[in-house]
Amino acid sequence: MPKRFLSLWFSHLITDRLAIRYPELRGKPFVLAGNERGRAVVQASSREAYARGIRPGKAVADARAIFPDIQVYADKPGWSKRLLHRLAGWCLQYTPLPAADPPSGLMLDISGCPHLWGGESAYLQALVSALESKGYHVRAAIADTIGAAWALARYGEQACIAGKGMQREALLPLPPAALRLEARTLEGLDKLGFRQIEQFIDLPAATLRRRFGEELLFRLGQALGEEEEAFQPVLPRVPYEEQLPCLEPIRTARGIEIALRKLLDRLCQRLIREGKGLRKAVFKGLRVDGKTVEISIGTGRASHNPEHLFRLFSLKIPSLEPALGIELFYLEGLMVEKVQLPQEQLWHRSGDPAAVAELVDRIGTRLGSGHMQRYLPEERHWPEHSVRPACSLDEKPDTDWPDSVRPMHLLSVPEPISVMVPLPDYPPLHFKHQGKLVRVARADGPERIEQEWWLQTGPPRDYYCVEDTEGGRYWLFRLGLYGKGKPQWFLHGYFS
Amino acid sequence: MNRVKYTHSAETMKLNSDKIEQLRQLKQEIMELEGYIPQKGQQTDSRLQLGPLHEAFPGRAFPLAANHEFISHNSSEAASTQGFLAVILGMLMQKGGFCLWLGTCPQVFPPALKCFGLAPERVLFVNVPREKDLLWTLEQALSCEALVAVVGEMRELGFSESQRLQLAVERSRVTGFLHRHQPRSLHALACATRWKLAPLPSTVPAGMPGMGWPAWKVSLLKARNGKPGHWQLQWDGEGFQELFHQQSQKIVQNRKNYA
Repeated sequence: MPKRFLSLWFSHLITDRLAIRYPELRGKPFVLAGNERGRAVVQASSREAYARGIRPGKAVADARAIFPDIQVYADKPGWSKRLLHRLAGWCLQYTPLPAADPPSGLMLDISGCPHLWGGESAYLQALVSALESKGYHVRAAIADTIGAAWALARYGEQACIAGKGMQREALLPLPPAALRLEARTLEGLDKLGFRQIEQFIDLPAATLRRRFGEELLFRLGQALGEEEEAFQPVLPRVPYEEQLPCLEPIRTARGIEIALRKLLDRLCQRLIREGKGLRKAVFKGLRVDGKTVEISIGTGRASHNPEHLFRLFSLKIPSLEPALGIELFYLEGLMVEKVQLPQEQLWHRSGDPAAVAELVDRIGTRLGSGHMQRYLPEERHWPEHSVRPACSLDEKPDTDWPDSVRPMHLLSVPEPISVMVPLPDYPPLHFKHQGKLVRVARADGPERIEQEWWLQTGPPRDYYCVEDTEGGRYWLFRLGLYGKGKPQWFLHGYFS
Repeated sequence: MNRVKYTHSAETMKLNSDKIEQLRQLKQEIMELEGYIPQKGQQTDSRLQLGPLHEAFPGRAFPLAANHEFISHNSSEAASTQGFLAVILGMLMQKGGFCLWLGTCPQVFPPALKCFGLAPERVLFVNVPREKDLLWTLEQALSCEALVAVVGEMRELGFSESQRLQLAVERSRVTGFLHRHQPRSLHALACATRWKLAPLPSTVPAGMPGMGWPAWKVSLLKARNGKPGHWQLQWDGEGFQELFHQQSQKIVQNRKNYA
């Protein structure tokens, strides 16, 4: 089957992308600059800057001389390549075989696709207008060979389509640069006055080879379809998904368990091969009556252990309603992460972290996430904000725990108390909490904790540790100072 | 005739002594299985330094693969119990690992655990919203061999439920601490010990202001195969010290004066 190729050329790839991301840049001249041999050189210029003569390769200082108000942004190496790969992935909706064509183009193998859009010109129009509506300036061409499509996209007319076997005619009026030649060869051709391909395409091969080397003939052959050209399409990501159709509708929990086990085994085999694990997964059943029932799980740590995942799902199987029966089972990994391989243990440590992580998952699945927490210190002033939940079992504290004494039981909301204080800044002699009078025998303090001025302003808290005559220990604080307004007293916790 | 009878009785005595020996061995094995004494080939655990409390247990060893019951009636007692538990957990987790602290509402403020020698980041806190999930979670946790210890805070616990927890602990050899706060009835549970802690006034050198180290009245109300007792202990950041309370004597004296 004859092949057809579509070449896309983004004339201002990165600058268009920036303008899409930051709409305020749209329609403004700006450039991306990188350092080359110790000076800032323009790497890419927006359409407006290009129109003013600021081309890539020009020094930024020169660009500023041409247009003083030009905005300069730093370029990141490898940016355009990543962007092209993403765009190639986007093109998967138009053809199964898109390829990135660095530095600023895409090459699509569209053999057998355009008729779905109603012909090649409609197909080309659909693709180009979709990209233009995103905000890219793009030129495209279709031809039988990669070389001809490349040449026509860059040097031909806009939306140029070379018919089947017509690439030779289409190439004739184009300049030699359209053949993807090296700069030296182009210079040689220019010196001899070859401005268009038609001037030398009919010359004997031996003559051309003697003057310009093998490269010119090779490139010409590629453009005309006489030489093979490699094509490396981007591979679409295969989703982590398995399905299991059933001969007869499944109605029993036992049947669902068997189906789940089969699907988990298959998915886990693939995950183990790729060194990945599930963080979130959903198990769906398509019922005879056309409805879908599903259960989902989440893990605290990527896992590809079918036994563990099965146990997590099995807690929720009773909530699946098979009604008249389930015909088709789906298992989908919604979130997949790299598995942290267990480190070889040099010394014995009690407690296998993987087993603890599995316990955490089981409990989290039953109780709902957020009910199981490990706490790490946070650098905040007020006691109730001085801890934060850890994200994972492996996270280490990034600061030390405070050294000052803290109560074993901290009341989530401080409870107001009425006190008798002999002097300002003295601990109370006794206080009344929920109608009960507590006589203070010993006291420590105060420990002043200020408001976090960068968040809010207000009076500080002065904390006192007090002990009653029976040995019960309390953490009290006074909000505010005597002499400035009316301070209030609160009970905030119990010590051991 | 007489002689024959004599030899016969000697044989019975030998048989009896064999039986006694067998019984002793069986008892030993049962205690090993129940987690009261370390299994053969294992050394006695040197992590726990409980001072005078060791005398209460068979073989001077705190039963590790077993459940322990703690009872508290008010907030101060609960906080004391939590402090005592934090000390024991800190000793058990000297070599790393994780422990689990679960209850129906958040009780413990993590930074406080540091004073009792327990690294707060190695404690997993579980806040069980529904009472009926608590036992399930507790059993799951007690059956996980990777944990060092599990603390469960609850109000009520039935005898058959505690038996189930005991079975889980025997299989996994995790130490379980069941803290019952304000229980309605004090019925027996399948636990190795029953403790009650109450705060004591701290001691400071005479004439000095401020508060001293936390001090507790530790009551071991029940100890299977051991001797229950009462101690007055002070935690000074590194270990337990027995308090020979001048204050308690003073109180006794006062009573005498008033009476």
